[in-house]
Amino acid sequence: MQNLKDLKEQVRKALPELDVVIGWTGGYDPLHATPHFIRRDEDIDKLQVNALCVHNLATYLPSMRGKKVGIIVKGCDSRSVVELLQEKLIDRENVTIFGFGCNGVVDQTKIRRIVGDVGNIESCEVSGSEVKVSASGTEHKLAMSDVLSDKCATCRYPNAVLSDHFAGDEVTTTATFEDGYKDVEEFEVKPEEEKFGFWLKEMDRCIRCYACRNACPMCVCRDHCVAQSRDPHWLSQEAHVRDKWMFQVIHAYHLAGRCTECGECQRACPVDIPILLFKKKMNKEIKDVFDYEAGINPDATPPLMTFKIDEDKITERKW
Amino acid sequence: MPILEGKELRIVGFLCNWCSYGGADTAGVGRFKQPTDLRVIKVPCSGRIDPLFIVKTLMAGADGVLVSGCHPRDCHYSEGNYYARRRLEMLKRFLPIMGIDPKRFDYTWVSASEGQRWQEVVTKFTEQIHELGAAPKIAGAEAEETLKLMEAAL
Repeated sequence: MQNLKDLKEQVRKALPELDVVIGWTGGYDPLHATPHFIRRDEDIDKLQVNALCVHNLATYLPSMRGKKVGIIVKGCDSRSVVELLQEKLIDRENVTIFGFGCNGVVDQTKIRRIVGDVGNIESCEVSGSEVKVSASGTEHKLAMSDVLSDKCATCRYPNAVLSDHFAGDEVTTTATFEDGYKDVEEFEVKPEEEKFGFWLKEMDRCIRCYACRNACPMCVCRDHCVAQSRDPHWLSQEAHVRDKWMFQVIHAYHLAGRCTECGECQRACPVDIPILLFKKKMNKEIKDVFDYEAGINPDATPPLMTFKIDEDKITERKW
Repeated sequence: MPILEGKELRIVGFLCNWCSYGGADTAGVGRFKQPTDLRVIKVPCSGRIDPLFIVKTLMAGADGVLVSGCHPRDCHYSEGNYYARRRLEMLKRFLPIMGIDPKRFDYTWVSASEGQRWQEVVTKFTEQIHELGAAPKIAGAEAEETLKLMEAAL
């Protein structure tokens, strides 16, 4: 990002008032960025903001409640922060939001599929339209459009929707709500048996690592998660596709009207199960019935936490 | 009764204690003819029903699920069924992406005095499920064993 200097300056100014600022820095290899907790001035120099910074840092906020926390957010991450504020899981006065306009992040899975061996990455350079990766002695020039995350291709909120400090210029976008749900519509029209079979096959790969849950900024039950509760005993510990699938439906349903589609669940999945599809489907229907999108307005109430006596779009059954 | 020709299917009904359970009782007391596929689970209020109960039921091998509560404005707890209505509507719209026919699930409102209406609802819903036939099952040791036991008990 060209305005990294501005951002660093803003963080430097705000840091004395804060316990920690959460950002990104270089990871274990040049291809990955990792969350970075800035506590001292010298940490600020390590700050990195580019297309490799995929993590949604809002995940850390609920567990840091009570501390003065600064957080650096992309557009989609800022929606998670807003949603957390809406649900009163974090306090506005304790959170300082550093926003910027995001041009999209890479999908590591796509890079892995093109490059093949990602075990030995020597260097990675990211420019606006290209990612240059050199791995095991070979150099790969990848077009940004080929490795961009799916969510970024149809992003409607590239700029932080709520911020105390904003670095650089705003990014413009022309994407509409409908653009973002073409994949859901394509999947929906398939015959019932095909969809049922598809999920049985996909869910069978799940190893129940719960990375999807842990990466999700809206999954705040933690130790009380129904997946591990014994009373009520929703899921057995069996490695059966029924339990794995059920868990994903639980996850989708607990996010109904709350999910901001940051895509962290799917990104964190080590076996690439397309679980974002469930959440997108739910959001599409929420938009249709309640004309509501999560994480836009800090004062709004998620639609399943309230009701109207006469619903606009729900019609009674005629028996 | 034509509906009982052939084998029965497994339909689970979640009925609210105050209205629909009473309605079903009224239908019974009135000796209205009803299909016998439905197994009733009584809940304190339709607002008590977690939509995941229904998903779990369908995944465990039920062919259909019917939810019935008090009419809007008649809830014993004032607003339970309003929350239920939103949740259940979202579930109905969510089921297709899982590959489950949304016709296998329905929710409705029946009051304690509406024995006739209950008869109508349960008959039509059962017919609807019979048209769809048995639901696709998720194969697995536990589910199959349970089903075998259930078969034996019938």
